[in-house]
Amino acid sequence: MDQPPAIELRGLSRHFGERTALRQVSLRVPPGATVAVLGHNGAGKSTLLRILATLLRPHAGEVAVLGEPLPRRAFAIRGRIGLLAHEPLLYRDLSGRENLRYQARLHGVGRQRVERLLAAVGMEARADEPVRALSRGMVQRLAVCRAVLHEPSVLLLDEPRANLDPAAGELVEPLIGRATGATRVLTSHDPEAALAEADLVLGLRQGRAAFAGPVAELDRRRLAELYA
Amino acid sequence: MSTVLTVLRKDMLLELRSLETVPAMVLFSIATFVIFHFGLNRATIDGQLAAGVLTVTLLFAALLGVNRLFVAEREQGGFDAFLLAPVDRSALLVAKAAALFAFLAMLEVVAVPAFGVLLLGPSLGPPLLGLIAVLALADLALAVIGTLVSAIAVQSRARDLIGPLIGLPLLIPALIATARAAGPLLAVHGSGSPPGKWVAVLALYDLVFALLAYAVFDFLLED
Repeated sequence: MDQPPAIELRGLSRHFGERTALRQVSLRVPPGATVAVLGHNGAGKSTLLRILATLLRPHAGEVAVLGEPLPRRAFAIRGRIGLLAHEPLLYRDLSGRENLRYQARLHGVGRQRVERLLAAVGMEARADEPVRALSRGMVQRLAVCRAVLHEPSVLLLDEPRANLDPAAGELVEPLIGRATGATRVLTSHDPEAALAEADLVLGLRQGRAAFAGPVAELDRRRLAELYA
Repeated sequence: MSTVLTVLRKDMLLELRSLETVPAMVLFSIATFVIFHFGLNRATIDGQLAAGVLTVTLLFAALLGVNRLFVAEREQGGFDAFLLAPVDRSALLVAKAAALFAFLAMLEVVAVPAFGVLLLGPSLGPPLLGLIAVLALADLALAVIGTLVSAIAVQSRARDLIGPLIGLPLLIPALIATARAAGPLLAVHGSGSPPGKWVAVLALYDLVFALLAYAVFDFLLED
């Protein structure tokens, strides 16, 4: 018998005024799998992540995450999704530690988890400085901590390694990489890097699914067409 | 309740760090008292005129706080971070209203004595308890309506315009009730307690808008 999917999209559409961001997108992601969402800027990648994160409503079609239909049962899955967005979702006038403790309280997570994460990303020494005083790479490391604070079952990763140097990339790998066991949806401007860690690919062109299937079935020609 | 306290604590910490809201409200109030002092060409005022000047000044100062209430949430992703958490969204309304109430109380700790020194004829001592009660009810109206208006305005590019445009008409009844309740308190040989009728109007207005805000706030957070 088929395993119930962690994420299921059927004919998902979303508009912003006259503009269609997503049109009739369908996808089925088994638990623990990684999907690379590829496409040009404006193809609909971030919109898809925001819908899966329950921050945007779909305008047509069906969306289910961890078996819960959205947006009707959004409340049931909010604590089980982690979103690493373009913006770090951190208050610039608070320190990294204060930001993470604030988020931890909202998610019902203890302070020890905050300290463990700060240590894991090498930010203990700078954790009491205001976020506005930190480099982009450091802010991204804190954003990773915020996204995984509550050990989510589904990770939505929008350019997760943006602003990170190779050493910092290695630090965050155990938190957002395949080893977490979470179902992951990730976007990247570097398709080769995204494909290297994905099981499935959703290729978007102008909001439509130009390709949806296993990585092995995406040949060079199809990949080139996505970015043509 | 713990979510409300968590968000409230964060807002207080942000204000303490940035000092963007309360100092601006205080400076605005004191500048306005000075303007009234010269504009009215009177050394002192009392009674209904004094109540009107105090109420209008506090109302306009409050609008500065209303305009800034959700700015950090909007510009720094606080809305998204909050909406991703498995918490009741109404907690954000209660916490923001409590934060605005606290900002108004801090403002009044400075602005009311300044009003007493700069403009008010009669002593502030005898009516102080009554005045605190009236201002507390007025602050509640400002906090609830201000939070609702701010949550609407912050979604728009013209938030600095929309806040006053929607907020001021909604606050007129509260302004009238506050001024009428405070008038007798600030009169020469005035009463030590505010008129019950206007206090009741203000309390009823607070209750109605608190219920209304609670009912609609979730929808304001939808995309």
